[in-house]
Amino acid sequence: MNIPEGLKFTKEHEWVKEDNGICLVGITDFAQGELGDIIYLDVTAEPGTEVKLGETIGSIEAIKTVSEIFSPVSGKIVEVNTAVNDNPSVVNTDPYGAGWMLKIEPSSAGEFSALLDAESYKTLIGA
Amino acid sequence: MKKTAFYNIHKALGAKIVPFAGYEMPIQYEGIIAEHKTVRESVGVFDVSHMGEVEVRGKDAFDFVQRITTNDVSKLEKGDVQYSAMCLKNGGIVDDLLVYNLGDHYMLVINASNIDKDIKWMEENLSGDVTLKNISDETSLLAVQGKNSIHTLQKLTDTDLSAIEYYKFVQGKVAGQDVIISHTGYTGEKICFEIYSSSDVEKSEALWNAIFEAGKEYNIKPVGLGARDTLRLEYAFRLYGNDMDENYNTIEAGLGWITKPEKGEFNGKERILEAKANPGRKLVGFMLEDRMVARHGQEVYSGDTRIGVVTSGSLSPMLNKNIGLAYIDKGFNKIGTPIEILLRDKRLKAKVVKTPFLEG
Repeated sequence: MNIPEGLKFTKEHEWVKEDNGICLVGITDFAQGELGDIIYLDVTAEPGTEVKLGETIGSIEAIKTVSEIFSPVSGKIVEVNTAVNDNPSVVNTDPYGAGWMLKIEPSSAGEFSALLDAESYKTLIGA
Repeated sequence: MKKTAFYNIHKALGAKIVPFAGYEMPIQYEGIIAEHKTVRESVGVFDVSHMGEVEVRGKDAFDFVQRITTNDVSKLEKGDVQYSAMCLKNGGIVDDLLVYNLGDHYMLVINASNIDKDIKWMEENLSGDVTLKNISDETSLLAVQGKNSIHTLQKLTDTDLSAIEYYKFVQGKVAGQDVIISHTGYTGEKICFEIYSSSDVEKSEALWNAIFEAGKEYNIKPVGLGARDTLRLEYAFRLYGNDMDENYNTIEAGLGWITKPEKGEFNGKERILEAKANPGRKLVGFMLEDRMVARHGQEVYSGDTRIGVVTSGSLSPMLNKNIGLAYIDKGFNKIGTPIEILLRDKRLKAKVVKTPFLEG
């Protein structure tokens, strides 16, 4: 189970990485493993949309199931990784890299800091 | 929770195990799509030992099986397998099943989730000299499916497998064990075998290992229930509990081809004849234009009119399209009819298409 240090995590099994004031968001290795083969990423909130912490902003279609995507922080969506849908299996093979889902410009720094660190996320999933 | 004789093998292979019909079963090993393609392109092995097997013996066994099933058992010679259904008196489907004619008795192969219900129903319908024996727990069942299944298994048996036609079986030896070798399957592959053997763990593991050794050159792989579902759906094979249950009869379920009213009396005949004469809702295939998958239970619309319900849906790994089955009302179930599937807050555009989805 790959749980990189230095990333933040949500209880909904998303990871968040802050880079120059922008939050990069994806799903964790644990999440992709639980979902199985991912076949489509449907981020319904378009770039420019303001979203709130915990808001449903789309869904992940896996072959056997579907899972909602929740915004890990409040802010403005600045980019959605639409290229991932040319080869959605990259979310399974590279969830922390090419399989990223979206970028959000957070409206406050506090929400990001309050997310789980790698150690707490490990405890959460019993890894 | 029960375990099949192959449970330790599944664990060792790192399978994802889920509870299914009272068993701990492997849903996937490396991934559903990869396993699906293994079967379509070469050969894959499924542990389907959870399936139920019931022996029917006695001098009235033929009459009994003829009366509880919809297909015509008089056409079933020794060594033949027949796909059939059991219905309630009102035509509702109790289960779909395979009937094996072993000469001096029959073997009925039923769905794992229905074993107790089916046996109760059979017992209620007993008459004359008939005895039932549930041999599910003493039987292992491996499905070896795909074009290289024949080359794999031929190494392990003196029986000429090429002489066993589709939906026929022989009692022979595989890897030194007494088994039933059945040219059947649930994947749509034409070259496909199911091996019924002893559920003794040591023997079962030896059989599994022999098959994998023999299939090594074909890159044989284990396949879980997840891919079993996507494989069967590409051929529009119905799955009990998803695509049919006691609320539907065989005509509605598109199983008219295994329903033979001309054979004489059988459970559900009256209602089935009515359904044939006056068709209503029908299970049909659909294909989505969208990349979202339709799932079991979602409602189907035409404009503001609710016209049906989705029973199965998945990506077809071979077509790379989203496909599914749905019961659609009369007037909307002809091939080519545009339909909409309600998914959360949106409507997915789809079209009724002919099945099987995959040719061949």
